Amino acid sequence: MRALLLIAPLLAFVLITFVMPIADMLFRSVENGIVSDILPRTSAAIKDWNSQGVDDLPHENVYRNLLVDLTIAVKRRTQTRVGSRLNYEAAGISSSFRRVGRGLRSFNTEPYSNYFIHQDENWGDTGYLEQLFSNPRISAALPSSASAFRTWQTDFSSDQIITPDDFVFVALASDLSTLANDKVSDLGIDSLRTAHADIDQLSTSSIKHMFIEFDKNWGDVNLWKTIKTFSPRYTDGYFLNAVDLKRGIDGVERRDQSERIYLVLFVRTAVMSLTITVLCILLGYPVAYLLAHLPLRKANLLLILVLLPFWTSLLVRTSAWKVLLQQEGVINDILVTIGLVDDAARLVMINNQFGTIVAMSHILLPFMILPLYSVMKTIPPSYIRAARSLGATPFTAFWRVYFPQSLPGIGAGSVLVFILAVGYYITPELVGGVKGTFISNRIAYHISSSLNWGLGAALGTLLLVAVLILYWVYDRIVGIDNVKLG
Amino acid sequence: MKFSKVLTATSSAVGLVVAGSSLFAMDLTVVSWGGAYSQSQIDAYHDPYMAKNPDVNFIYDESGAESVARLRAMKEANNLTWDLVDAVASDAIRLCDEGLAMPIDADAVLASAPDGTPASEDFGDLIINECFIPQIVYSTTFGYRTDVDEWNGRTPSTVCDVFDLKNFPGKRALEKRPINNMEWALHCDGVALSDVYDVLSSDEGVARALAKLDTIKDQVIWWSAGADTPQLLADGEIVMGSTYNGRLFNLIVEKGAPVDMLWDAQAFDLDGWIIPSGLPADRLEAVFDFVNFATDTQRLADQAKYISYGPARKSSAPLVGKHATLGVEMGPHMPTAPENSRNVLIYDYVWWADFRDDLDQRFQAWLAQ
Repeated sequence: MRALLLIAPLLAFVLITFVMPIADMLFRSVENGIVSDILPRTSAAIKDWNSQGVDDLPHENVYRNLLVDLTIAVKRRTQTRVGSRLNYEAAGISSSFRRVGRGLRSFNTEPYSNYFIHQDENWGDTGYLEQLFSNPRISAALPSSASAFRTWQTDFSSDQIITPDDFVFVALASDLSTLANDKVSDLGIDSLRTAHADIDQLSTSSIKHMFIEFDKNWGDVNLWKTIKTFSPRYTDGYFLNAVDLKRGIDGVERRDQSERIYLVLFVRTAVMSLTITVLCILLGYPVAYLLAHLPLRKANLLLILVLLPFWTSLLVRTSAWKVLLQQEGVINDILVTIGLVDDAARLVMINNQFGTIVAMSHILLPFMILPLYSVMKTIPPSYIRAARSLGATPFTAFWRVYFPQSLPGIGAGSVLVFILAVGYYITPELVGGVKGTFISNRIAYHISSSLNWGLGAALGTLLLVAVLILYWVYDRIVGIDNVKLG
Repeated sequence: MKFSKVLTATSSAVGLVVAGSSLFAMDLTVVSWGGAYSQSQIDAYHDPYMAKNPDVNFIYDESGAESVARLRAMKEANNLTWDLVDAVASDAIRLCDEGLAMPIDADAVLASAPDGTPASEDFGDLIINECFIPQIVYSTTFGYRTDVDEWNGRTPSTVCDVFDLKNFPGKRALEKRPINNMEWALHCDGVALSDVYDVLSSDEGVARALAKLDTIKDQVIWWSAGADTPQLLADGEIVMGSTYNGRLFNLIVEKGAPVDMLWDAQAFDLDGWIIPSGLPADRLEAVFDFVNFATDTQRLADQAKYISYGPARKSSAPLVGKHATLGVEMGPHMPTAPENSRNVLIYDYVWWADFRDDLDQRFQAWLAQ
């Protein structure tokens, strides 16, 4: 118990700064409340719609509810957010929402308020509506209009206005036209019964036509299917997108050729990280061997040479590689001067995969050398001497006796380098161009530029799972006990 | 004893500094685009303002290119750290639509012209919506090296030479976003400049523009900061590249690099201030005071002394004269000069505000392939 208290600060720190953000990220990859929050009435109205073909658009009432939702969203300036969200699934939706948000004012919704107020002047009186909707039975029977009226009161109304805006009446028309005769009679309000009797009159001023007239995209079945598919609060859309799939008309399908990018990036990240790890082993092993076998004073000096770049800022080292590798850079200049390369055919060593591999191998090299060095320090030199005295050649003594004992160092270094490389993004961003970037560059892009945090979270989750699986496989094959950091 | 003395002294000193800063000084975070452009703003607006108001301290942030994304993220996290943002017209429209920028009453906030013309008339049509406070008219155009041996004495004369790898081989720099690139690609695929937005509104039009860009894709270095192209041109890493005309002026006239301007099909655009919505009252007052100063007739004309962008006020135009240090007449270097604007792409910022999300997604996917 006391031990628990002692580690409590650390535990709290880890929980708040590590576990909670990761949990939040996992949650964001499936969370999708935005559509039903901003378009609540439309999401509810579209539930029963199942398109039978390209001409089978949603019912007039769905469009009426969309008008109500959008009017409120424009007032709160949220219509563009839902457009951006749906645009992740089908490019083109964002512009439809943005344009209609700006054009909504031009929709002629006056016939709706006129219809009610001409029948009974009471409809134009806020006090009357207030009284009507305070009855819970009526609120329950007319859900869209009840909530639209409340929102109008809080967000739109001012002291001077006593007649609600048209959109409240559009909601009322939508609610009434879905109710059966006996349901309306049961409510026992005469004005509702009168309004219900002739409600079909309003089909002459169809909101559906207004939308399609304004922008033909609103008459596109696929746009509505997207809205319907992504109106539930939770979605697998981000994960499907992260592996180049999408929820199409007949279930899950592959994305168009021009939209498939993530699987390629996952594979590229894995292959390039593996290349970098192998390069680090090849380059780091001799250095670590030298370090471990030199006299202490010389070894310490060399160790500082290894650590110095390790302590230098990552950005400085990456920029240095830019200076070295670019076409007018130091390496090309030297090659041209000594005549190895023609001036017109300078080597392209940056803004491609080569640049990323070179710069990252250099940056990650210390993570290979240090564990190797500390493992090699513990290998007693007498074993090699014993092997040699029993007749082994220098190579056999190294390969059969020394090398197997240094394997735990290679294991530790490889795990470190590989896991760090898989998650790297600043170096590939600066020297990788288009072909040399990693999956983490796409994650950064979605987190900070496109703001598609859901997709960024889904990609991050997949990367996390992939690394955990690799770790598990590594544990099964090599055994994590065989990894030594020192 | 000694230790506690030191502690007391330190804490009272810290207390003084804290009290001092909250009582007198005000830190304003101003976001702009960096490089020569930010410097011209500092010379023309910030330094004179600070000379008059020594208690205001500016913090310069250069993430102008990401302002929409960053402001959205700040709203999501409910942590606004910016006070004033320099944004291009289409970004300003998007920020205003999303409620991230604050609506402004131009005549109440901005200074009148010296002859008393109210600000709304002096800026005229350049006030494109209720959030936007215009500063400059600028253009995005190409610069090219004048010393490329492989070109055998030819020099690019139209924007379509950017797509001509046979006559003009070498790397070129294009901006890492669809804006302008799509229009230029369509134009060079045979679409008249006046029709590009109609064509781009359809999926086929987008595919056509990307197909044209495909022809030079492996020769393109993609830039994201306005200062990238001038640096790449100066280093000889590229033979031509697009950037803002003022950056090229800075490179050619001030630094004397062997580079020339290709004004053909330059894309006109506006740039101005927006104020993030949700600022506390005291900061807002400070921002209003600064904006009033920084967009008055003299200040806008002053900026043209340092960089070749046209001032957004009608009343500033007669005051534009020579470069502050070089003594070069600025008129002929403005994008609006008649000999520079023979063939102009009228950049449609309203269209881009609507279609930016769609095209960004397609363009980024195309780029990653």
